[in-house]
Formats: sequence, structure tokens, C-alpha cells
Amino acid sequence: MKSFSRLVYPYIIWSFLLVLLPLILIALYAIVEGGSGIITFKFTLNNFIRFFKDPIFIEVLLRSLNIAFITTIICILIGYPAAYIIAGFNDRSQKISILLITLPMLINMLVRTYAWRGILLISDFNPEIKVFIGMVYNFLPFMILQIYTSLTKMDPKLVVAAQDLGCDKKEAFLRVTFPLSIPGIISGITLVFLPAVSSFFIPKLLGGGSFVVIGNLIESYFVTAGNWNFGSAISIIMTIVILISMYFTRRFDYNKEVR
Amino acid sequence: MKNSSNIISKIYFYLIMAFFYLPIIYVVLFSFNNTKSLTNFSGFSLEWYIKMFENRTMMESIYYTITIAIIATIVSTIIGTISAIGLSKSNRVVKEIIGQINNLSMLNPDIITAIGLMLLFSSLNIETGFFTLLLAHIIFCIPYVMLSITPKLRQLDDNLAEAALDLGCTPFQALYKVIIPQIMPGIISGALIAFTMSFDDFVISYFVTGPGINNISTYVYSSVKRINPSVNALSSIIIVAITIILIIANAVPIIAEKRRIKK
Repeated sequence: MKSFSRLVYPYIIWSFLLVLLPLILIALYAIVEGGSGIITFKFTLNNFIRFFKDPIFIEVLLRSLNIAFITTIICILIGYPAAYIIAGFNDRSQKISILLITLPMLINMLVRTYAWRGILLISDFNPEIKVFIGMVYNFLPFMILQIYTSLTKMDPKLVVAAQDLGCDKKEAFLRVTFPLSIPGIISGITLVFLPAVSSFFIPKLLGGGSFVVIGNLIESYFVTAGNWNFGSAISIIMTIVILISMYFTRRFDYNKEVR
Repeated sequence: MKNSSNIISKIYFYLIMAFFYLPIIYVVLFSFNNTKSLTNFSGFSLEWYIKMFENRTMMESIYYTITIAIIATIVSTIIGTISAIGLSKSNRVVKEIIGQINNLSMLNPDIITAIGLMLLFSSLNIETGFFTLLLAHIIFCIPYVMLSITPKLRQLDDNLAEAALDLGCTPFQALYKVIIPQIMPGIISGALIAFTMSFDDFVISYFVTGPGINNISTYVYSSVKRINPSVNALSSIIIVAITIILIIANAVPIIAEKRRIKK
């Protein structure tokens, strides 16, 4: 039986070579001078300094965070009632509703975003609102499904017990149902906020060229400008910002549990 | 009171559904438009479907999307299954390391995975194209396959494979005849996830593909600068195909169940 453990050896090599090494390469590229190869590299922090010295880059970073943050909040505000309503349906309607929410998710993300272009061409929303509509459209299903799952996992007897003990409906919701659904919200945030920070095609397709987010910066330095070193530095800055925000989200969850 | 809150929640639910389906209906409707306009429906025609079938790059992008999704699904399911079985019998350190690497690969923003692979391919002087596109898809699919198989392996009774070996099976036979059949549901759902991930991917494909090789996503991205209503036709076909697949996937178990009850 132990001999089966050898089956994983090729994958260990595979994952070091094809998952870890690419990440190490990004870090390496970020700290060497442009134009130098991996072997002849010259260490520099100029790529990072250049980013933080230029107010335009900072503005783009803040804009991306802002869009991702607002998208996440809208998804929670719209998604929570939706998930709550669906969780109250009978079994059959629940199944159909979940199917109806999953279906758009299975359609290619580019196609889904493209679908909004026609409708938004008629409207005269400003680019920012168009981007928000596209973002919420793409990420809302993830939020609804996460919250729905946490709501249906809950023991319905808990709410009955709270009501027997004198809570009215509103109180039972605030004191029992909602706190128990927080893990669902947190995993929803992970599924919405993370990809929203780094998303670049929704702003590009719906916001027009005027709306630059951090993903567009990375894209342009890798694809058009061909400055991979600076592009790598930007992506590292983005990753660090994402890690910090995830840390705070998790801590918020932890604090709630302790209380 | 109860009634009115019921009506409000029904209306809310239908509004959400309208939000989800409005753009989809819009695209399908305008794929039948007889002019180039995306805002003004002037009459029914199949022009854009005919244009789509005549457009070679577009047809190629469909071909590449499906080919890559199928090959990536098969390869990543095989590698993922074998590795997950090996991992389940490994010591804690290996389990922890591979588990963390897989998590990293799944939680990483797509764009990071994408540029990492782009840098890797260029450092190794591999020319980007069909091969790099396929390899990238296999790489990002494997962790999802392993993730869906691992819980099934945990439920597995070790004694069964042990017994098979005692009764004269070679390790390969024990694997093939005892372990694999028991984790089959995990393997199938892993393969389905891999297929959807590959079919759906844009970001990673965009960075690792080479000139002339487009999948549907990268094609749509590159063609939106000018108005091209054939993209509506292509989108409609994808929408209808996915709807049919989803209906079949959900109807088959219900029909099978009904037949079983009748018997």
C-alpha cells in the first residue's frame, strides 16, 4: 500500500517546476534591471520605487481596490436577500432557482460581459457605472451561492428555539440566522473581491479605454509595452495588497467567532 | 402582512432573474438582427450566423476551445487521479506541501498564474502557441481534479486494497479494480470541473497563447473593438449549447429515478 505513495513523485516535480517556479520567476523579474537576462541579472528596487513615486500608478491601484470593494459590497447587499429568499423556497423551487443562477455562470465570462455591451450602448451611464454593472453581473452568482449554502446548512430548529425563547422574527434573524451565515459571506467575499481586484477585461470592454485598473497596467506592460520587469513588480504589489485585504477579512471573521 | 412580504420577495427574486437573463436574451435577439446595429432591431435574418460559419478565425477559435478543453480534461484527470491516490498514501509533510501548492495555484489571481507561465515559457525558450496553451490549461486544471478526488480517497477503506493485494492482485490491478471504481464519482466531477475551467478560461489563455491560435474568449476579446455581430451569433450558440447540456444533466437523473420507481 505504501508503494502507492510513489505515484505522487512525478507531480511533486511537476508542481515545483510548473506552479512554483513561475511564481519565483515573477519575483526575480521584479527585482532585476530591465533588459538583463536571468543569469546576468543586476539587482534593483527601481521597479518598485517607480511605481510608488508616480501618483498615476497609485491612483490606478486605489481605483482597482475601490471598484473591487464596492462590487463586493453591492454583491452582499443584493445577494444576501436573494439567497435568503431562495433558502425559504420549497425543495423543488430551490433546485430550479439554483440551476437558474448557475446557468449564466457556465457561459463564458467574456461572452457574458460582451452581452452587456449592446444594452449599455443604448444607456448613457458613465463608464464607471457600466463597469460596476458588468462586475456585479459576473460576480453576484458566486456570492448568492455561498450565502445560500451557509443558510441551508443551518439547523432550522435554532430559529424556532430563538422564537420560543421570546425573540421576534427580526431579532431571531439578527441574533441567530445572520451570525451563522457570516462564514458564507466571508467565502463569498473571497470569491468576489479577489478576482475583482485583478480583473482587467470587464473594465476594458465596458468602461472603454478611459478606465484603467491595475490588471490593465499589468496587461499593457506584458503585452504591449514589453517591460516585463516593471509588469512583474506591479503584479507583486497587487498580490501583496490582496493578501493584506484577505488577512483583514479573515480576522474580522475570527473576531466574530470569538465574540 | 405575511402575504405582502411574500409578494415583495417574489418580485425581488424575479428582478434578480431579469438582471441575470436580460443580457443573455438581448444577445440572442440581436444575433438575428438584419443590420449591424446593436441597439436597433430592424428585422429578422440569419446573416450573422452565415457570416460566422464563413469566418475562418472564428471557426478555428471554436475548434481550438473544444480541442483544448477535451485534451486538457483527459490529461489533467489522469495526472490528477494518479497524483491524488499517491498523495493519499504519502506522509504528512508531502501532503502538506502539495496541498499548499495546489491551494496557491487555485487562489492565485489568474493574471499572476498567466504572467508566471509566460515568463517560464520565455525563459525556457519555448515558442508560445497551441502547445503552451494546452500545457497551461492542464497545469491549472489538475489542482481542481485533485481537490474533488481527495475527499473520496479519505472515505476509502484501506483494507480493501490490502485484501486485493493479499488475494494475488498486482498493485496495478488493485489500483485499477478496487481503488479507481470507488473514487469514480470524484473523478467524474473533477473532470467536469476541469472541462468547464478550460472552456471558460480567458486570462491565462490570453497571455500564453501564440500568434494565430485563439480560443473563443481571446477571439471575443480581440474582436470587440469593431462592431461584429457574428460574435452575437457565436454567443447565442454557446448559450443554447450550455442550456441544453445543463437541462440534460439535470433531467437524466430525474428520468432514471422515475423509471426505477416504475419498475
